[in-house]
Amino acid sequence: MTMIFGIPVQAFMGQLLVGLINGSFYAMLSLGLAIIFGMLRIINFAHGAQYMLGAFVGYLLLTHFGIGYWPALILAPLIVGITGMIIERLALSRLYDLDHLYGLLFTFGLALVIEGVFRYYYGVSGQAYTPPPALTGVVNLGFMFLPVYRGWAVIASLVVCLGTWLLIEKTKLGSYLRAATENPTLVQAFGVNVPLLLTLTYGIGAALAGLAGIMAAPVYQVSPLMGSNLIIIVFAVVVVGGMGSILGAIVTGYLLGLAEGLTKVFYPEASNIVIFVIMAIVLLVRPAGLFGKDA
Amino acid sequence: MADLTLTQAEAHRATRLDVLLLLIAVVGLIAAPFFFYPIFLMKMLCFALFACAFNLLLGFTGLLSFGHAAFFGGAAYFTAHAVKEWGWTPEAGILLGLVGAGGMGLVMGFLAIRRQGIYFAMITLALAQMFFFFCLQAPFTKGEDGIQGVPRGYLFGLIDLNQPLNIYYFVLAVFLIGVFAIWRIVNSPFGMILKSIRENENRAISLGYSVQKYKLAAFVMSAALSGLAGALKALVFQFATLTDVSWQMSGEVILMTLLGGIGTMVGPIVGAGLVVTLQNYLATSPLPVTIVTGTIFMICVLIFRRGIVGEIQALLRRRS
Repeated sequence: MTMIFGIPVQAFMGQLLVGLINGSFYAMLSLGLAIIFGMLRIINFAHGAQYMLGAFVGYLLLTHFGIGYWPALILAPLIVGITGMIIERLALSRLYDLDHLYGLLFTFGLALVIEGVFRYYYGVSGQAYTPPPALTGVVNLGFMFLPVYRGWAVIASLVVCLGTWLLIEKTKLGSYLRAATENPTLVQAFGVNVPLLLTLTYGIGAALAGLAGIMAAPVYQVSPLMGSNLIIIVFAVVVVGGMGSILGAIVTGYLLGLAEGLTKVFYPEASNIVIFVIMAIVLLVRPAGLFGKDA
Repeated sequence: MADLTLTQAEAHRATRLDVLLLLIAVVGLIAAPFFFYPIFLMKMLCFALFACAFNLLLGFTGLLSFGHAAFFGGAAYFTAHAVKEWGWTPEAGILLGLVGAGGMGLVMGFLAIRRQGIYFAMITLALAQMFFFFCLQAPFTKGEDGIQGVPRGYLFGLIDLNQPLNIYYFVLAVFLIGVFAIWRIVNSPFGMILKSIRENENRAISLGYSVQKYKLAAFVMSAALSGLAGALKALVFQFATLTDVSWQMSGEVILMTLLGGIGTMVGPIVGAGLVVTLQNYLATSPLPVTIVTGTIFMICVLIFRRGIVGEIQALLRRRS
């Protein structure tokens, strides 16, 4: 059997793949956080709950209405995005003039309520979600066996991340968004409906979390608690990357996922905390974050 | 974060009424164990001290830490381990909890004050989560079981803390000392500088204060006093578990402070009392507590930002 650093190549690649999968979700979630923060100046603590919501919408569509994975891939983000926009209109929009910490506290409370409701109805145990037949099974890559769904999840998340980046950097809507981030008053004076842009931004961010959720459903189990532990790791990712750059958030997400996977190979006990350790080191060396501009 | 400070003149005018209220409160607390279940009262006191220590940082320095559970729960582990495994006396165990939490505060604070505002909150949360995973795996915390059956022992080798009244008055004394310490810190020249950092950090820097040092000092004090509360709780309940170091606990202390009134002296105590009472009521219902606490969070942030005590103070000020 081929070995890498004294570890069977199969195990090594397997852990690397797990890292890449986790990294895909870190990237999608930190991307959503960065977009929302860029426009609304709010750290969306409910991001983990919205991710969980996406997975649950997919699960409920399948079990109650027989709606499968492919339609759910559109419907789940749509539903999560729309609920996000309603929340933004009703509540978050009243907090923009206050200290940014109030936005964090409000979304924290929101996350507690969403998780509590799902825990009330579904308990804490996870529910399995089977992917469609086209995405089950494994392919032999020669050096390892790759479960089809995991390969799909990595590629799909890459496409989503790059697509979102292109949307913000290259389209007219994206240019409005970037302009409104820089100077909302001026953009409003040009006749752009900035409040609507804010609502839309929160919707897009929430939808991204929902999409990550439905994509994660077949990989992890669908459980009310799946988001809360993840969101803290994603916060660490965001601190490492710095929220100044969209691309930075994406790259940091994948890198830290891989770092976590590698740690699982060499020193499994530390795999839970490696991202936090990296965060601490980055804070010591470069407090603004790897891609951050502000001091 | 909040514009709730009384001016100096107002603070002095309030003093006589304050002393009277304080006396009533202390007498009430001394009499309380004859009317209420002592364990419940002690739980309230522990959390009230925790919330006051937290408020020292949020209310008076303007730093929102989302990781204070690490100090509270960490100290509970230190004290429980020292008392149970090493056979230390309760006061020595509590001292270890206090010092240990202060030391952790030094490390976490040193890292966290490198960023401001929202980043500060996220960094403290992440570091506390790291400590949670450490506690999950470290052998001395006994993992999911926690440290069980912690002996309360004899205070100074003399007073038997297994007597409900003895431990109650011990906890009350430590609570009063802790709150008095916080009151002294807040009303000292040092506390004034902390408030100036809260109000306008850049201006404090331009006046020549090394803001980072003051922030770190406030962080360490807040951490150590939170540790004091956690150490007490370990003795009262005779166990230390992962619940005390989890992020939910960090959220709870924020809620207590927010509900009672950020930046007020008594607000966190009122908030802690209410939240603990609420949890007691909900403990038997099938409804998850988080639904209720989360809803209170949202209501407070939307329409009630000054908290109960803060709103009352604002009302009194408008009258006079």
